[in-house]
Amino acid sequence: MTQTTLPPVEKTQPVSAPHGKISDRSKSERKLGWLLAGPAFLVMLGVTAYPILQATYESLFSYRLTDPANREFVGLNNYLVILSDTLWWQALGVTLLITVITVAVELVLGFGLALVMSKALKSIRPVVRAAILIPYAVITVVSAFAWQFAFDINTGFVNSWFAWIPGVSADTDWFGETGTSLLVICLAEIWKTTPFISLLLLAGLAQVPEVLQEAAKVDGATWWQRMTKVTLPNMKAAIMVALLFRTLDAFRVFDSIFVMTGGANNTESVSFLAYRQTISRLEIGLGSAVSVLLFLSVVLIAALFIKGFKVDLASARGER
Amino acid sequence: MSRKEKIWWWIGGVAIVVYCLFPIGWIVALSFKSAGDLNSGDFLPNGAVLDNYSLILTGNASDLFLPALVNSFGICLIATAISCLLSMFAAYAIARLDFPGKKLVLSTALVVAIFPVISIVTPLFNVWRQIGLYDTWPGLIIPYLSLTLPISIWTMSAFFREIPWEMEQAAQVDGATTWQAFRKVIVPLAAPGVFTTAIIAFFIAWNDFVYGISLTSTENARPVPAALGLFSGASQFEDPTGAIAAAAVIVTIPVVVLVLLFQRRIVAGLTNGAVKG
Repeated sequence: MTQTTLPPVEKTQPVSAPHGKISDRSKSERKLGWLLAGPAFLVMLGVTAYPILQATYESLFSYRLTDPANREFVGLNNYLVILSDTLWWQALGVTLLITVITVAVELVLGFGLALVMSKALKSIRPVVRAAILIPYAVITVVSAFAWQFAFDINTGFVNSWFAWIPGVSADTDWFGETGTSLLVICLAEIWKTTPFISLLLLAGLAQVPEVLQEAAKVDGATWWQRMTKVTLPNMKAAIMVALLFRTLDAFRVFDSIFVMTGGANNTESVSFLAYRQTISRLEIGLGSAVSVLLFLSVVLIAALFIKGFKVDLASARGER
Repeated sequence: MSRKEKIWWWIGGVAIVVYCLFPIGWIVALSFKSAGDLNSGDFLPNGAVLDNYSLILTGNASDLFLPALVNSFGICLIATAISCLLSMFAAYAIARLDFPGKKLVLSTALVVAIFPVISIVTPLFNVWRQIGLYDTWPGLIIPYLSLTLPISIWTMSAFFREIPWEMEQAAQVDGATTWQAFRKVIVPLAAPGVFTTAIIAFFIAWNDFVYGISLTSTENARPVPAALGLFSGASQFEDPTGAIAAAAVIVTIPVVVLVLLFQRRIVAGLTNGAVKG
């Protein structure tokens, strides 16, 4: 048998079947489609939908792993406990602060990097491209350690290098208070994820029609005018996709905080709060409720983006 | 471009390279410092030594680090292989077949991609304990699929969409059998996309910290990032900084090698999946 599981020849035509009329062929095509995509679809549901449903269920119980006998149904009480606790609002505030700062800086910086890359001379382009992938590919924990050790009061070089800046001296303890701790966390996050944004923006930049640029140039537009009137509007889709992905990613910040401060000095993020409740304190009920709230926040942000900014992800990548 | 402009863009390029490599250079420098040199406040070591590397590779800390390295490689490679296999079928269906639900599969992948990992960990922590998957390889491979599968489906379907599938028929018209047409025409065209997707999926699995730290408790399954996060020195009184730096350098080597070898493909894969029209 040389015939394997390949689709029969008549199905190899490009997809252009007219809608409406369901022939035998399109019926079998549907069947094959689901047969092929089904397993991946089911696995995705299995590893996300099932856990979040389980979490929702467990969030309705007062349940501590060390004390399973006293597990009891408490309804929405866990949510009330969390929402009336300053810890939650503190963590949410920190998370939002980190998200807003990092995403804003990354967008501007990433656009700068994309501009340079698009103009970089052929001779150094491969070097720049390889370099820009390094922060993206490096493990977040490694990046967090690198930045922590750099600013650390004992091992770091930052204090001795930047002693000329007012307020920085040999015994500046960056991880001693909330503000400076968050600053270093943001720096590490920005360093690690800006390259990814810049690659997305670079792809968007490449899609701006060259003719428009030329036309604007001929009409005497300045560099700034061409940038704001031609380039940026034409890459709106790419900017929005980068913004949406990074915002949701930044909102889940966990690794850097775990490594750098362990949540000390009020630097706990929402993800960290959920982790601490469940894994460290074994408060399954409360931890699940925090997880559900985090999930709802992410859904809310995504919905705001898609409705508010009209980000059409499907059309942004040519999916119709 | 004028000569002056050229110089400015060149300086910009060099600035990017410095920006990207500086923290890595720092952790490498740190990893070669001797115990007495760690707190010198200098960037470069005063006399490079291999103490930290021997500590984690053959010394006291090796029974923490080496099993974690094996776990990381094993778990990430298996998770990458599974998600590549599953998404190969899915991406083929999305790129070539007309079936309702195509959009559903893609949007599900998107939703899963933005899912907060910690929301999955909390329930799994409890369930895994009950069914014996806690602190095992499968106990990490399964949740890793939530990280690798969505991006694999998106990236691969973007690649598959660009394959000139008509060539398969052309080969058949020229007398090739279905199998030959598939082997000699379609496989070579699809392979780069599959390969690139595998690299990106591997990066993402390799980077995981939340699952690794929450769903393991011993060296049975603990991957490197989690081991690093929990590293507190061979003894209580030993400063773990040097050992962490050396371990950080070692886990960074594989990704740097992949980046250097396949940079062009990785960039294409990352941007294709997200914005390419």
